[in-house]
Amino acid sequence: MDLFIQLTLTGLTNGAILALAALGFVLIYKSSDVINFAQGEFLLVGAYVIFGMVAQFGLHWTLGMFLTVIVAVALGVMVERLVLRPMIGEPIISVIMVTIGLSSLLKAIVFTIWGNLPKAFPSFIPSEPVKILGATIGEDRLWAIVIAIAMLGLFNFFFRRSKEGIAMRAVADDQQAALSMGISVKKIFAWAWSIAAATAAIGGALLANIVGVSGDVAHFGLRVFPVVILGGLDSVPGAIIGGIIIGLLEQYTGGYIGQGLNQVLPFVVLIFILMVRPYGLFGQEIIERV
Amino acid sequence: MISGIFHSTYEKDMALRRTHAQKIRLVLIVIFILVFPFLANRYYLTLANQVGIAVIGAIGLNILVGYTGQISLGQGGFMAVGAYTAGILTARMGMPWWASTIVACFATALVGTVFGIPSLRLKGLYLAIATLAAQEIILWAVKNWDALTGGVDALVVPNPELFGIRMNTDFNFYWLVWILVVIVTIASVNLFRTHFGRAFIAIRDQDIAASVMGVDLFKYKLLAFAVSSFLVGLAGALTAHYRSIVTWERFTVDVSVTYLAMIIIGGLGSITGSYLGATFMTLLPVVLTNLGRAVKTSFPVIDSIIPFVQQGMFGLVIILFLILEPEGLNKIWKNIKDYFRLWPFSY
Repeated sequence: MDLFIQLTLTGLTNGAILALAALGFVLIYKSSDVINFAQGEFLLVGAYVIFGMVAQFGLHWTLGMFLTVIVAVALGVMVERLVLRPMIGEPIISVIMVTIGLSSLLKAIVFTIWGNLPKAFPSFIPSEPVKILGATIGEDRLWAIVIAIAMLGLFNFFFRRSKEGIAMRAVADDQQAALSMGISVKKIFAWAWSIAAATAAIGGALLANIVGVSGDVAHFGLRVFPVVILGGLDSVPGAIIGGIIIGLLEQYTGGYIGQGLNQVLPFVVLIFILMVRPYGLFGQEIIERV
Repeated sequence: MISGIFHSTYEKDMALRRTHAQKIRLVLIVIFILVFPFLANRYYLTLANQVGIAVIGAIGLNILVGYTGQISLGQGGFMAVGAYTAGILTARMGMPWWASTIVACFATALVGTVFGIPSLRLKGLYLAIATLAAQEIILWAVKNWDALTGGVDALVVPNPELFGIRMNTDFNFYWLVWILVVIVTIASVNLFRTHFGRAFIAIRDQDIAASVMGVDLFKYKLLAFAVSSFLVGLAGALTAHYRSIVTWERFTVDVSVTYLAMIIIGGLGSITGSYLGATFMTLLPVVLTNLGRAVKTSFPVIDSIIPFVQQGMFGLVIILFLILEPEGLNKIWKNIKDYFRLWPFSY
């Protein structure tokens, strides 16, 4: 039973961070129909920038987090303006490939600045083990859950109440109708990319605190795909629930079955979901079939 | 002064080489391939062999992505299937290299077809993600199925032998690779003059229309996966025989991405483009490394960041090509030809 609670808590933290990364992913897909293969690199940028702010410049972590988000927003706007804007109307393979190229470029820039060796990162969030229901878990993991839930709540509020959030949902729903209502679609695309970059950067910062700063953070981004396919590519609640399911699934298989099976299971789930229900648990059923 | 190429007979229209210039170029290229190994040193021969293997892999991927329009991010995984099948059959069961290569091609075709099944229901983005999953699953199997693949340890493969000559030098291997490249080229150029090839192109251009005109999508999509994987498996098997060593690191998702970059930069749906792209992407990191070495003495800091510069340039080249010349090197080559043909009245 202790093991079960332990695995559940670890799975929930991983799931919460995955959900943050997946949220940005879904946002971009929803508003601009672009699959962002560079989402993992946005995590990486977040992890290294906060490392630079906190460990190298010695800032307090709240301030560091704030600055990281600003850097991420600037990055998102820049990427949208310089790389994605010229790709509007191009075939899908070009759009996929341009984000892959972007991922390579971002990784190279990060490694040129900081090197690709794993960095020792003095945890900025306290990480003393805490006992809950007999299971031991690092305090930082609990903080990760709290911050992730707070972020997700914030975004929910943003989408339901703020003007930009509502405009973004309108664009996701129907671009032409949104345009005729006076919404600037270009501005909304920039919003989507900057929010995606910001959520990913926060996820990356949390991840850096838990597992340390290294190139592996980007690999974490690959696991976003099973999450979004499971939840549905265009569903925000799907991203959150998908993230938690995949996070838990990985921990349970790793804990009870083992043998590294947890690394491949999400992808097996992915193929299975694509075969039986390609639009995922909560996605819209408009997948094109031939 | 000609304003374009016009044909007055069907024979001429169906011909692979239509103009005198094309025929002369072909002869020059063949002469170059034949003479090159006698002039080049070992270093250039190594590069030539790498380019040859990449050309085979790129043509294979182009048949699937460029001609049939099915996006695949599973190239690395499929190459791993080819390499490990060839390696295991040769190293553990003592099968001759040519037999193991043929078996590897068919095994990869089979695996490729199985992972191509989702393509019947999925298109575009979804297919890209499904093949990405295939890549991850295959690589995981390679790393964890210790009894078969040796897990994360390297698999040592004996050098191939042909007519009593051991292919343990780059010079000997050059002939093996480039003869296969020529065969693959002739086969794939001709593939698109048959009804199979035309069906592939019809599926790419408009699948519903193709279906209406009687192209069996189920059959031809899977066939495209099979043909493509067959060639990719050949490239994988050649990698195994050439390197004498098979490790999983050589077949990660980065390999899939590199091959996709080759055909996009070269030109989708073009055999010439596969050649240009494979050459370009194989030589780019080499040129960058040499450039880095050349300026190392004046800028010592360069040395430590060369790998990252390579990676960054890789990404930058992809982005720039997609934004500035989406049809790739093949289009640039065509533009150059047009410019000179129509000179001085080019428009």
